[in-house]
Amino acid sequence: MAQSIEARNISFQYDTAAGPVLAVKEASFSVAPAEFLCVLGPSGCGKTTILNMLAGFLTPTGGEILMDGNPVTAREHNRGVVFQDFAQLFPWRTARQNVEFGLEMRGVSREARRETARQFLKLVKLEKFADAYPHQLSGGMQQRIAIARALAYNPGVLLMDEPFAALDAMTRDEMQKQLTEVWQETRKTIVYITHNVAEAVYLADQILVMAPHPGTIRARIPLALPRPRDPLSANFVEMQRQVLANLTH
Amino acid sequence: MTSAFLSRSFWRGIAGLLLLALLWELFARSGLFTQALTPPITRIANTVWRTVLDGSILENAAYTLTRVLAGLLLACLVGLPIGILMGRFRAVERFFLPLVSVLMPIPSLAWVPLFILWFGIGEVTTLLVVGYAATFPVIYNSWTGVRAVNPLWVRSALAMGAGQRQLFRSVVLPGASPYVFTGIRLAFGRGWIAVIGGEMLANPAAGLGRAIFDAREYLDSEVMLASIFAIGVVGIAFERLVFQSIESRTVARWGMVAAAGARR
Repeated sequence: MAQSIEARNISFQYDTAAGPVLAVKEASFSVAPAEFLCVLGPSGCGKTTILNMLAGFLTPTGGEILMDGNPVTAREHNRGVVFQDFAQLFPWRTARQNVEFGLEMRGVSREARRETARQFLKLVKLEKFADAYPHQLSGGMQQRIAIARALAYNPGVLLMDEPFAALDAMTRDEMQKQLTEVWQETRKTIVYITHNVAEAVYLADQILVMAPHPGTIRARIPLALPRPRDPLSANFVEMQRQVLANLTH
Repeated sequence: MTSAFLSRSFWRGIAGLLLLALLWELFARSGLFTQALTPPITRIANTVWRTVLDGSILENAAYTLTRVLAGLLLACLVGLPIGILMGRFRAVERFFLPLVSVLMPIPSLAWVPLFILWFGIGEVTTLLVVGYAATFPVIYNSWTGVRAVNPLWVRSALAMGAGQRQLFRSVVLPGASPYVFTGIRLAFGRGWIAVIGGEMLANPAAGLGRAIFDAREYLDSEVMLASIFAIGVVGIAFERLVFQSIESRTVARWGMVAAAGARR
């Protein structure tokens, strides 16, 4: 079910009042099925633009994106998307109804929706909160609901735009651990945007390090650290040092 | 609901009303004016009680409330589609916005003489007066509400495969609902104000506005004040019983607005 992604020389140019701005310049990368890719870089380096192109929200102004060998078109829905902002959940729907949304759009029957939602709420350990409204849940819980929602309709790719950046450090560590478990269980291809080196080293099979003005890929770093990863181990710290060197040289 | 009635803020509100009543009573009994013009509370209360017993005030209130609700329905039928389409489509917005901006500040009562010429005296004119006053808050708020829909909801829904129609029904409408609801609420208030004038000027049949106007003929200040009291009571009762309970069941439950009285 997991898809591969192939980006070939993709560029994106915004037209602003002050003239055209090149946000991403000729980026190429590939992600294998069920691989976890982290795109790492400072703000303004075009990493969110890359995610928006993968999601189909933006069409590249140059180059092309293939998913499982097929070109990505603007409206094709085989991707799950999780944003940073907690407000992404629909406040008028309970946790369960949020998770059911994608299935509802596909006309899945009520019973089947309910069962799938239960399963994915269980996956993110929130089955007890199925009938809570988003505003009754903490930020970390809301992000887990958003992950369950993005996975419930079984997309080939999960795109995540700094989903834990607005959480406190302790919750974030727990979320990263849970996400790794969810990923290992569901075997989705994940593209994860972050500006946090430790987060990227903890999560990724492959890290793309980006540099700004214009956004380009500066380095492609494969990670072979065994999982579960220990952020305090010497290997982990050494890896962080390597990634950081690529980010700041 | 019960807790709202028993809460401290409720009793504070009552204290304010009691103070106002006391001041009126002192003024009425001071002898500055004859009591025929400024009757004391006891006599107003007496009139209220008498008109409740003979049913006339209830009948008048029922007429007035029905007219307001009919006008509100008209306002929603006209205003919701216009406001929502304005929020969705630039072309519709460009077409209607100047029209709405010009018509909105005109008090609906200014139209009454013309409406009378066109539609005669009676229910049609009264309905139009209420509808006119109530339409603009509905248009304005549903227009704003659609534009205030969080773009993240739209993106999430599109990523999850929502088509344009599903997007509209499952995201835009509920997302805009706090604004739309506020618009309808304001429209009720505006309509409630307009209906009294409409009844005075253009409706010979029953109604609280009519009752006040007719009482003028007999210098019956007690009936006037009793009717004014009824206007206030019915208005606030409807606001409390209907709008607040809809609010607490929907947008407040969803956390999209704070529940009334919850911020303190």
